[in-house]
Amino acid sequence: MKSVIARDLVKVYKVSSRTRSKGEKSAPKEVRALDGLSLDVEEGTVLSVLGPNGAGKTTLVRVLTTLLTPDSGEASVAGVDVIKHPDEVRKVIGLSGQYAAVDETLTGWDNLVMFARLYRMSSAAASARANELLEQFSLSDAARRPIKTYSGGMRRRLDLAASLIVKPKVLFLDEPTTGLDPRGRQEMWGVINSLVDSGVTLLLTTQYLEEADQLADEIAVVDHGKVIARGTSDQLKREVGGERLEIVVEHQHIPAVREIVARISPNVVIDEDLRRISAPVSTGTKALMEAVKALDDAGIHPLDLGLKRPSLDDVFLSLTGHVAESEEK
Amino acid sequence: MNAINDSLVIMKRQLLQLIRIPEVLIFSTIQPVMFVLLFRYVFGGSISTGIPGVDYVQLLMPGIFVQTVAFTLAGTAVGLAQDMEKGLIDRFRSMPISRSAVVVGRALGDGALNVVVLLVMGLAGFVVGWRPSSSIFSIVGGFAFLLLFGFSMSWIGVLIGLSVREARVANSAVFLTVFPLTFLSNAFAPTTGMPKALQYFAEWNPVSTMVAACRELFGLTNIFGVTADSLPAQQPILMSFLYMIALMVIFIPLSVRKYKSSTSR
Repeated sequence: MKSVIARDLVKVYKVSSRTRSKGEKSAPKEVRALDGLSLDVEEGTVLSVLGPNGAGKTTLVRVLTTLLTPDSGEASVAGVDVIKHPDEVRKVIGLSGQYAAVDETLTGWDNLVMFARLYRMSSAAASARANELLEQFSLSDAARRPIKTYSGGMRRRLDLAASLIVKPKVLFLDEPTTGLDPRGRQEMWGVINSLVDSGVTLLLTTQYLEEADQLADEIAVVDHGKVIARGTSDQLKREVGGERLEIVVEHQHIPAVREIVARISPNVVIDEDLRRISAPVSTGTKALMEAVKALDDAGIHPLDLGLKRPSLDDVFLSLTGHVAESEEK
Repeated sequence: MNAINDSLVIMKRQLLQLIRIPEVLIFSTIQPVMFVLLFRYVFGGSISTGIPGVDYVQLLMPGIFVQTVAFTLAGTAVGLAQDMEKGLIDRFRSMPISRSAVVVGRALGDGALNVVVLLVMGLAGFVVGWRPSSSIFSIVGGFAFLLLFGFSMSWIGVLIGLSVREARVANSAVFLTVFPLTFLSNAFAPTTGMPKALQYFAEWNPVSTMVAACRELFGLTNIFGVTADSLPAQQPILMSFLYMIALMVIFIPLSVRKYKSSTSR
């Protein structure tokens, strides 16, 4: 059974010139945040909606969680029509957003009890559920502290706990680890994985290819308001095909190595931060040998050198023709 | 029933905030108390009440009460704008709770804060010589009247807060509108000294009507200039009720509608 179904969703925003970034001018323009997007999630599985900023991920989550009405298209969650019966949908979903949507002046316990009371639990049941969730998310020690004293990772965990108060049938996580440090992200992944084991249906958006790879059964790649590819991580990687030659060198050697690699394969990708030059190759170890020889001739000692199976980055690049942009907001 | 329960949970959240960060309560009472002292001792000496035997502080206190509760809407607007910024409104809207509870609860919570603020101000007023001369029944009525006024003003704040979505913007928007309204009124000085055109404006200003109504309830006789025959001058209590009802009839539906459709950014 499909727990989430979206069919041909369209949502157009009118962007006034005021809210657009400086430097740009011209009349208000339309942004097609969702441009005929369709997807579904099988019950008990995890679908990761992967895409860069502005791809329409958040808009999709807002439509599915009844916060936004689409201009056209249909959607249902747990078998209930999102547009016709939003109140019924709200009873069976949990939503955790890009930021900790809790009252920061209150304690973790206060927040959870408040949300539980809003789900019409009795005072005693609300309090018991709050304690249970705080325990489950390793927040018991911080239960009586105001949220503003929490670390980023703790806030996200509390936010997640708040979305699980009534054990939702479908859980929506909108970029659950954006802005977290590596440790916080790792913790969050652990928490999400244990939720998945408990059998909840999960739709998760992310800009991190690694995250989609780690957490999801299936991945839907979204760009410009449409799903442009769909499959398991392995299927997507196979779609891109082939292996990649990867070389890591000192910064000053990057231009020289780029030329060397370009002679072997034209589609060179450079990651300045990681000092990594890579390109898809079809000739396997032969390409590797060529690279080693050319580097040796040029007198460059690589820090790392090898053949890699394609990453989701490569998938994204080959699908969209541009690298997944994860930096600016 | 659910709507009431939900609203009370939201209201309780605000009261909890006061316990968790008592500074909010302290600062929201210090400012009006400071105004009491400023006007009583700095300006009070040079403002004539126009009524023999009535000193300025008797006139001042109802004015400051009204000014303070009028500013309730600042707290409402800023609080809701913050909830918008934080995404808390999104969370509430994704939950199966009554569609009006979040905003009703907010307005009720701000009303409850006013109870404390008015109590502290009343005591401060008493210390500096404010002595309402009406019956205890009228005095309690006066305070109830002020609370209702704060509640109805809150609804303007709800709409502002949900519309501007940024706490800082909400704060300036409120200040720029409410501050002139409270001064272009009879709250701090009799309107009889104003130019005629301004007197008309001041007397029809809901703030003046409220102040006049409060003065009446606290046992003072109001004096008016050119506008003495107008409805607000003749019937300040009735007129204030009409204003409050109008505010609620206009702003409650607008605010609830705004809440239903608002998403953060």
